[in-house]
Amino acid sequence: MLYREAGEFRTSYPDDSQTFPIAFDKFRYYAILAVLFVGVPFIVNDYWANAVLVPVLVWSIAALGLNILTGYCGQISLGTGGFMAVGAYSCYKLMTAFPDLNVVFCIFLSGFVTALVGIVFGVPSLRIKGFYLAVATLAAQFFLVWLFNGVPWFYNYSASGQITVPERTVFGIAVTGPYTEPWAKYLICMFFVFVLAWLARNLTRSSVGRSWMAIRDMDIAAEIIGVNPLKAKLQAFAVSSFFVGISGALFFSVYLGAVEASEAFGINQSFLVLFMVIIGGLGSIFGSFAGAAFIVLLPVLLKNLLVGRLSWPTDIATNSEFIIVGALIIFFLIVEPHGLAHLARLFKEKLRLWPFPH
Amino acid sequence: MVEQLLYAIEVSLNGLMTGILYSLVALGFVLIFKASGVFNYAQGIMVLFAALTLVGLQAGQVPFAHLINAVFGTRIYSFGWNLPAIAAIALSAMVMVVLAMAVEKFILKFLVHQEPVILFMATIGLAYFLEGFGELMWGGEIKPLDLPLPVGISDTIESATFERFGYGFFIDKLDIAAACVAAVLVLSLVLFFQYSKIGRALRAVADDHQAALSVGISLRYIWVVIWSIAGIVGLAAGIMWGAKSGVQFSLSLIALKALPVLMLGGFTSIPGAILGGIIIGVGEKLFDFFMNPIIGGATENWFAYMLALIFLVFRPQGLFGERIIERV
Amino acid sequence: MSDKANSEAKPKNGSGEILMELKGISLRFGGVLAISDVSFDIKEGEIRAIIGPNGAGKSSMLNVISGFYHPQEGEIWFRGERRPSMRPHRVAAQGIARTFQNIALFKRMTTLDNIMTGRMTLMKSSFAAQALWWGPAEREETEHREKAERIIDFLGIQAIRKIPVGTLPYGLQKRVELGRALAAEPKLLLLDEPMAGMNVEEKEDMSRFILDVNDEFGTTIALIEHDMGVVMDISDRIVVMDYGKKIGDGRPAEIRNNQHVIDAYLGVAH
Repeated sequence: MLYREAGEFRTSYPDDSQTFPIAFDKFRYYAILAVLFVGVPFIVNDYWANAVLVPVLVWSIAALGLNILTGYCGQISLGTGGFMAVGAYSCYKLMTAFPDLNVVFCIFLSGFVTALVGIVFGVPSLRIKGFYLAVATLAAQFFLVWLFNGVPWFYNYSASGQITVPERTVFGIAVTGPYTEPWAKYLICMFFVFVLAWLARNLTRSSVGRSWMAIRDMDIAAEIIGVNPLKAKLQAFAVSSFFVGISGALFFSVYLGAVEASEAFGINQSFLVLFMVIIGGLGSIFGSFAGAAFIVLLPVLLKNLLVGRLSWPTDIATNSEFIIVGALIIFFLIVEPHGLAHLARLFKEKLRLWPFPH
Repeated sequence: MVEQLLYAIEVSLNGLMTGILYSLVALGFVLIFKASGVFNYAQGIMVLFAALTLVGLQAGQVPFAHLINAVFGTRIYSFGWNLPAIAAIALSAMVMVVLAMAVEKFILKFLVHQEPVILFMATIGLAYFLEGFGELMWGGEIKPLDLPLPVGISDTIESATFERFGYGFFIDKLDIAAACVAAVLVLSLVLFFQYSKIGRALRAVADDHQAALSVGISLRYIWVVIWSIAGIVGLAAGIMWGAKSGVQFSLSLIALKALPVLMLGGFTSIPGAILGGIIIGVGEKLFDFFMNPIIGGATENWFAYMLALIFLVFRPQGLFGERIIERV
Repeated sequence: MSDKANSEAKPKNGSGEILMELKGISLRFGGVLAISDVSFDIKEGEIRAIIGPNGAGKSSMLNVISGFYHPQEGEIWFRGERRPSMRPHRVAAQGIARTFQNIALFKRMTTLDNIMTGRMTLMKSSFAAQALWWGPAEREETEHREKAERIIDFLGIQAIRKIPVGTLPYGLQKRVELGRALAAEPKLLLLDEPMAGMNVEEKEDMSRFILDVNDEFGTTIALIEHDMGVVMDISDRIVVMDYGKKIGDGRPAEIRNNQHVIDAYLGVAH
């Protein structure tokens, strides 16, 4: 009886197409937002921000982006790491070329740059399908990382080949660079997460989103009933890359501060994001967050347990992480192909009936 | 000018040998894809895993030594023996068969009716699992592979070509050995498919799962067989690559290049896999040779993928695949 | 249904303007000739059936009309203009909607979303407006939702509005698919075996929907169907195909007595 929808009547279509049509959900949503934006910044410390919250938020954006492409539009990409690199390097180039430009703009612009690159690599998707496409996107992954490593212009000819973020402020508060307060890092990531999740939600509930899902479920039928496959697929690639690019820009500028392309944006990164989407739930916005949180927190937990408590060597912890994540992927695909998002829905169903079992 | 041309020919020949190694890896993919429609992303890791197992067994390493030492505070690392190469290879092949059985029992059995894309993602999970498992079992450091294989530059070829062209070609004996191994493997696989009973069953399954089931072929048995064969082919590839560049994680990245090879050759064609491997091997070496002065090195990292991508846009079914007629 | 058969002479049906005309269509796959020099027309407001034995080229013909296959020879005239070879989604935008022989719904989307997707070609709001859920986009969404709900009412599928269609039984899926095609408000509706695999009651329901659509909205319908009884009852004119050729064309009564047709269906002693 804690969770109820009886007695709630939607009397108009706009009411019915809201994100949270049930009053209890809506209330809870606003409460969570208030805590996230107003509460957490006051209590967050360095460890929580850098090891937990900021990486979860940044990876959530990447997962959201890949989920749009893979979960909603059905096109598998293994090039996520490469597109994150595009976001990071264009953010770096923009920040150093236009020192007066607000960093928030730089990050959004990096998203647009990545969207353009995404469109270029999305063109083959019109001819190539399924795992053929997945392999084709590896071209983006390897080529882009090679490009950023091999062409010194991208890292401003720095001796180490790394890019290091310059210090920038928003409203006079440092958000990038070594002197950034943990709460400022957290808040700027939270801002982007909020805006992007809202955009993703809007797109997926309107006709753009329906055209993506139609392509996913049956591309030939979609085309025959009037979905332009070229437009739908390229839109999905553009939007997805936009998200992934912003994630890469934040990953570099806010989270790490200095990166090197092949280390920070290698193929394992692409897999991690794909795993987040699978574990979280394909075609679910909530799932992208759940999956990102899961994949980011699992190694933190393992490290605390194995290295911290049992004082095993770190390489064993890393190997166990690979084993556990790999096994979980298979487990989820076998037992719960709809991911954590589906588990959450089932839980809600239970809650609706609670405490009466039938 | 002639000098440069001869040099380019030498580069292509080296590429040819590399390409044959790619084909060897690609062969494993083709086998699994043909028999079960599974696009086995983990084939690359299987190559690494097989090579790690071989080295570990040969050197008498204790499996999971690291883990055991961490848990029990012991200091064991080695059984203190050295297995002969043949025994180590045979044991590794058995390990690959066990792996195939485990894959069938714990993964494929449950995913029979899923879409190919789900199976593909499951094999990515498997790749991740095996990567951690292999390193936990045998340790992650780079290891030399110590087998009685011919190594070094072939003097015969060098002196012969020097007499003929006034320019000695440097061809590694190992590459020649690899080419021979690949040829023998392909030949025996073709014979196996054509003439053995299991081979016929495999072809039946590849043609139509349902129909094969209905005439009493056990799909699960077939899958174990085919994954075992793919594992053993992976072992062969692992030996060749391992002898060339040491057994290390980057092996699995090299093995990944079998994917673009397949996209060129078509996923179901064994000759396609070989030709694709050669095209990519020669292509990436030549591309690097000509473009290195202009755009810098390490183009091998992406050339194969780019080539496959561009090629597929114009011919989605690959070199040997059949034209796809779409239906509704 | 029989009353319809008697009212064949009704002026509205079969005597309207020509909506679509197919002239000398030939379609080849590699060396196989699927359709060979077939011509016929579809008049505004009529129910036009295409019948023939298996492999006669009926579905290929429907695929040609909906722009999925491009014939090597022949002309397609739609609403008085010659239609150039175009992608299927452009054909859909011209007002041709269809259903499929083996249901081709978007399985993981809800009934409502499937029907809304059918209105794809009618929705105009921009990408940016949709991303921001901004005024016009939201208004458009609501307007189209109302239209979609009308179709849901018409087909009596209110209860399954928010259920993913992949989980629905076959008969309902067929109905949803009809709804998705209707949602596009087509000038020409193509139905590929709308009654395949149905029992007698379901067939009667489906026949009723087809006749209602034709009567109420004046939609022109071209359909493929194997059930001769149904075809003879509901269609105004019938094209008969065999081995990719047209062997008969006319009103049901004429087709019934056409010797070629009888031979094709019953076989003929050689």
